[in-house]
Amino acid sequence: MLIFSVFKTLTDQEVTVELKNDLCIKGTLKSVDQFLNIRLDAIQVLDEARHPHMMAVKNCFIRGSVVRYVQLPTSAVDTQLLEDATRREAMNQNKR
Amino acid sequence: MDALIPFTTSGSLVDCVDKKMVVMLRDGRKLIGVLRSYDQFANLVLEDSVERIHHGAHFADIPRGVFLIRGENVVLLGEVDLDLEDTVPLIPVTLQAVIPIHLEDLEARRRRDAQKAKILYEQHGFCREGGEGDGY
Repeated sequence: MLIFSVFKTLTDQEVTVELKNDLCIKGTLKSVDQFLNIRLDAIQVLDEARHPHMMAVKNCFIRGSVVRYVQLPTSAVDTQLLEDATRREAMNQNKR
Repeated sequence: MDALIPFTTSGSLVDCVDKKMVVMLRDGRKLIGVLRSYDQFANLVLEDSVERIHHGAHFADIPRGVFLIRGENVVLLGEVDLDLEDTVPLIPVTLQAVIPIHLEDLEARRRRDAQKAKILYEQHGFCREGGEGDGY
């Protein structure tokens, strides 16, 4: 659930999503759900020549299960805070 | 979990219904049609769908009718911008012209993947790949 929360704080940020089929899409993160499905707006496909079917697409939904990486803007992630939250979540899990 | 309901797939795809969408599948196929229904697994129903085959700047369509896609096979669902679609520099060609080239493309990709897997397995200690859906 932690990573889902992280993604929720990143909405309206510019991210780059790399899929498992090597397609890279840069766009504005519009929404994320609990499966880490991603909605992107104003997308830009890297290496568009290899993916001509994406030329007329401006916003898209990406299924969480096919995502390899998400590149985030450094300024939008507080790694210190994230580390603390991770420890806290691990502690809560141990209590249960 | 109640607090999460606004963030479900079902919440986020509702504005795509009745729009012209392009769906990429895990096997590399591209389907274009009108999204009529979906659920939380991203199972999709497309009406008046066509399968589009691309080769470079050329493309051709195969009519497919109504398509129900099981969610696990969906890679990406993109909304086709109807204004942008008219300006795209792609050239429609006949199916007969593009199919032989497309089959060659598929075969070339299959050979390349097989070779890559062989090198990774024999020289770099990777485990074998290539089971169904293993690429994803």
